[in-house]
Amino acid sequence: MNKRALFIIPGLLFISMLGLLLFGLGRDPNMVPSALVNRPLPEFSLPGLELDAAESIALITPEDLTGGISIINFWATWCPPCHIEHPYLVEISESEQGLSFIGVNYKDDLNEARLFLEEKGSPFKKIIVDLDGSLGIDFGVAGAPETFIVDSFGMIRYRHVGVINHQIWEETFEPVISSIQ
Amino acid sequence: MRKLFLLFSFFSFFWACVLPVNAAIEVYQFDNDSQQERFNNLSDQLRCPMCLNSNLSGSDAPIAADLRAEIYEQILDGRSNEQIIDFMTQRYGDFINYRPPLNSGTFVLWFGPLILLLAGLLIIWRMGKNSQKLTPSELTVAEQQKLNDILASKK
Repeated sequence: MNKRALFIIPGLLFISMLGLLLFGLGRDPNMVPSALVNRPLPEFSLPGLELDAAESIALITPEDLTGGISIINFWATWCPPCHIEHPYLVEISESEQGLSFIGVNYKDDLNEARLFLEEKGSPFKKIIVDLDGSLGIDFGVAGAPETFIVDSFGMIRYRHVGVINHQIWEETFEPVISSIQ
Repeated sequence: MRKLFLLFSFFSFFWACVLPVNAAIEVYQFDNDSQQERFNNLSDQLRCPMCLNSNLSGSDAPIAADLRAEIYEQILDGRSNEQIIDFMTQRYGDFINYRPPLNSGTFVLWFGPLILLLAGLLIIWRMGKNSQKLTPSELTVAEQQKLNDILASKK
C-alpha cells in the first residue's frame, strides 16, 4: 500500500457517508417494513358493523375479501388522523368502484363509530369490528390509520402507515394497484 | 429565589433524564416467578412498533400495552419464548426484536462493526510498516555535504 492509497481511504469514507446520509435522510424512519407484504391474509372471523342494525349477525372472514382488490383501512373515531383522511377515502371510494374498501373499526366505541359514519358518509363496503385490537396485531398494525392493499387472491401486497391523501394515493397506491390488476 | 428555582428545575430535569423509564403499569398475575421473569425479559427484549426506540416495557403507546397483554396471555397458555418471539416476528418483522436474527439482511448489522475494526487495524498496521520504511537512510559523505550546504545557504 502506498501513500496515495492512504489518502484515498478518507475520501472513500467521506463519499460513502455522504451516500448513506443522502439515502438515509430521505427515508422516513417511521416506515417500518411490513412482515406481511406478499403473505396471505391472517385468519379471522369477526362481526361486522351494521349502520342500521344494533347488532350484526353475520361474521366476516378472509373469504369475504377475495375475488377483487381490497383496500383495508384500520380506523377509529379516537384517532385524529383518521378524521383527516376520511373525506378523501369517501371521495376515492366513489371514483374507484372496482376496488372494495373494507374498514376495520379498531378498538373503538361502536356507537361513536356508527354516528361518525352516518354523519360523514361511509367509504366502506364492509366494516369489521376489532374491539380488542387482536386483528390489528395479526396485521402487524402499530396504530391507526393504517391501510393495506390486498389482491384478488387474498395476498397482502402493500402496507401504508398514516393518512391517505390525493398525492399519496397517486404516488404509492395507484402503481401498486395497477401492478396487481 | 430565582437561583433556587433554577437549581430545582435543573435537578428535576436531571432526575427525569437519569431515572429508568418504566411505563408499564398493568398488574399481571403469574402462576410462578419464572413466568414473571420471562414476561419481563420478553417485554424488555421486544421493541414497541410505534415508538421505534423503546421496548415494550418502556412504552406508553397503546400498541405496546396490547402486545404486553398478548405476551402475558401466551405465557399463561404455556407457549415458549421462541414461539412468542416467532409470533411477534411474523407480524411485525425482525424490527420488533432488539436482538435481530442472523440472516443475509442483517449480516452488515452483525459484522459491519467487526469489519470496520479489522479494516482500521489493517490501516494502522500498514501505516506502521510504511513509516518504518521512511526512516532516513544513510547518506553518503558527498550527499551529507550537499545537504549541509543547502541548509547553510538558506540561513
